[in-house]
Amino acid sequence: MSDENLDEQKSTGVPAPEGPSGLIDTDYVIGQDNIAGNRFGLEVDLHGKVFTFSGLIILAFVIITLALQNEVGPLFESTRVWLTQNLDWFFLGGANIFVLVALGLIFTPLANVRLGGANAKPDFSYAGWFAMLFAAGMGIGLMYFGVSEPLSHFGSSMGGTSMEGGARTDWAPLGAAAGDQDAAISLGMAATIFHWGLHPWGIYAVVALSLALFSFNKGLPLTMRSVFYPILGERVWGWPGHVIDVIAVFATLFGLATSLGLGAQQATVGLGYLFGIPSGDTTMVLLIIGITIIALGSVTLGVDKGVQRLSQLNMGLAGLLLLFVIVAGPTLLIATGFFEYLLSYAKNVIPLSNPIGREDTNFSQGWTSFYWAWWISWSPFVGMFIARVSRGRTVREFLIAVLLIPTLISVLWMTALGGTAIDQVVNKGLESVSGASGDVQLFEMLSNLPLGMITSTLAIFLVIVFFVTSSDSGSLVIDAITAGGKVDSPKPQRMFWAIIEGAIAIALLLGGGLSALQAMALSAGFPLTLVLLVACYSIIKGLMSEPRAA
Amino acid sequence: MFKKILVPVDLAHIEAIQRALSTSADLARHYEAEVCYMAVTTSTPGTVARTPEEYEQKLEAFASGQEAVHGQKTSSRCINSPDPTADLDGLILKSIEAVGADLVVMATHLPRHLDAVMPSHGDRIASHTDVSVFLVRPA
Repeated sequence: MSDENLDEQKSTGVPAPEGPSGLIDTDYVIGQDNIAGNRFGLEVDLHGKVFTFSGLIILAFVIITLALQNEVGPLFESTRVWLTQNLDWFFLGGANIFVLVALGLIFTPLANVRLGGANAKPDFSYAGWFAMLFAAGMGIGLMYFGVSEPLSHFGSSMGGTSMEGGARTDWAPLGAAAGDQDAAISLGMAATIFHWGLHPWGIYAVVALSLALFSFNKGLPLTMRSVFYPILGERVWGWPGHVIDVIAVFATLFGLATSLGLGAQQATVGLGYLFGIPSGDTTMVLLIIGITIIALGSVTLGVDKGVQRLSQLNMGLAGLLLLFVIVAGPTLLIATGFFEYLLSYAKNVIPLSNPIGREDTNFSQGWTSFYWAWWISWSPFVGMFIARVSRGRTVREFLIAVLLIPTLISVLWMTALGGTAIDQVVNKGLESVSGASGDVQLFEMLSNLPLGMITSTLAIFLVIVFFVTSSDSGSLVIDAITAGGKVDSPKPQRMFWAIIEGAIAIALLLGGGLSALQAMALSAGFPLTLVLLVACYSIIKGLMSEPRAA
Repeated sequence: MFKKILVPVDLAHIEAIQRALSTSADLARHYEAEVCYMAVTTSTPGTVARTPEEYEQKLEAFASGQEAVHGQKTSSRCINSPDPTADLDGLILKSIEAVGADLVVMATHLPRHLDAVMPSHGDRIASHTDVSVFLVRPA
């Protein structure tokens, strides 16, 4: 926005956010399209169109998936496969742009802008803020992939390459490292860190920064459509905006519900492995109900007392587990490995992220492209949640905390867990870890260390609480989008979404179709990549129109 | 008997708290008490205001408007919260102490079954403070 508009704002008596900032001049009143009042004895305040269409589409997809499983399952799955295989260049190229924009901004004067105006004070402490953004971002995945992914890439790299009909049939990253153990470990760790490092956090940073900027500094509602204001102008309040918001709700709800269902399956495998609890439907359903009840408690207590405290508890426990693995595992190997793998990541990140002319298509399409679609489909949820808790931070502070620090933590986590597992396989001859299924590899690795039972119990507890922190922050995000960007909507609404997530997970778990619907949620990564590209443009344009701090 | 009355208000729903406002005005006149109007606003843009500062300004204007109605001294207290839906009760309780109020007048809804699991704000305030609380129900 130009200075002229800023003056206009001042003259109409609308005070800027704390200190100078460039409010956008719009006549739109947040909540003007909402249906508010008392329905069925409950207070409601919802965006009529976004809530209705999201609800109808979600209901339709659940019913179709349950009723016509054999027909739609392959269709959803092949849509996902087609997108990640044929548009791999689009996902890989897009993610590179997001990282470059986020990383590049740190070094420009634009990063001096403060979210919420030049004098805004942060709503949360560093510890609370960071715990929330990390727990929402990738907590749960780190538990599952911390051991299995490094092992998998190490194994395929050791195996070398194989060709059939002119195409690579192996799953190794880049040119593999046939028979060279050290090189295979280094490449395997670099490939893992690549999937959990700058790229996912760059994706989150772009969404979160654009939303925070357009909400706190520009005065637009905290919902995905606001990011399109620089391109669509007042049209974002109409159908183009509704569609963007509905896609965000779709990806978030199905992403959460399906990973809750699939996660419950994995957690019961872990529970069965550890305590011999039968891993039938009953255990899984009880687990989902339990997680949903705790999530309900957390959303009722709110961001500060619910989500923040749970995230901090989780980060504390995860830190404890990490510290234990470092001390009880091959400490020296982890310490040197941290720098070695970081260096290997730095060396390999450019070839690994190259979007065109790749020979390792199984790896780049089956792993990288899949991951990028996954992170992008989660980005409205994670990004919006990060945005909501980031008021009062400068853009530079924000990008360092959302991009660089989490990347370093991912490197440490992967080095400690993956490095210990690889050490057990190559140096100690403990084949049990590499032979186990992905669901229990973490527990196998822990059982080879002292106090295995205690640490495995801690790990499974962490898995469950990480699910709660995803479920509660996800419900808050969906509620805000379907309430037209209002974050002070009545409590029953956020509870409604937490319950719906659990209900969909249970319905699909019992009726089948979890993977099919997850494929559909992943497919939403395609339109969302376009949304993110627009977000990059909007961030730069938005930051340039902010008054410069002296 | 009462020196300072705290009146929690929601500028987006002034019509719904009209009875509580008249009650507090009458009590203020009767006891010649000061009235502090408090509100909790979101950090994100909302219906009433697009920035917390704009909300604060509107609340100040509202308080001065009420002063003209009942003729007693008024003040305003605007608190910024990332999640007002959840934090409201705690922030009202803190404000009672912070401003030194000895009476709270606030609007509430009719009793309902749901209160057992989700008590109303008035319900929570009344059971968590030592000062007197006057809950005003709709007519």
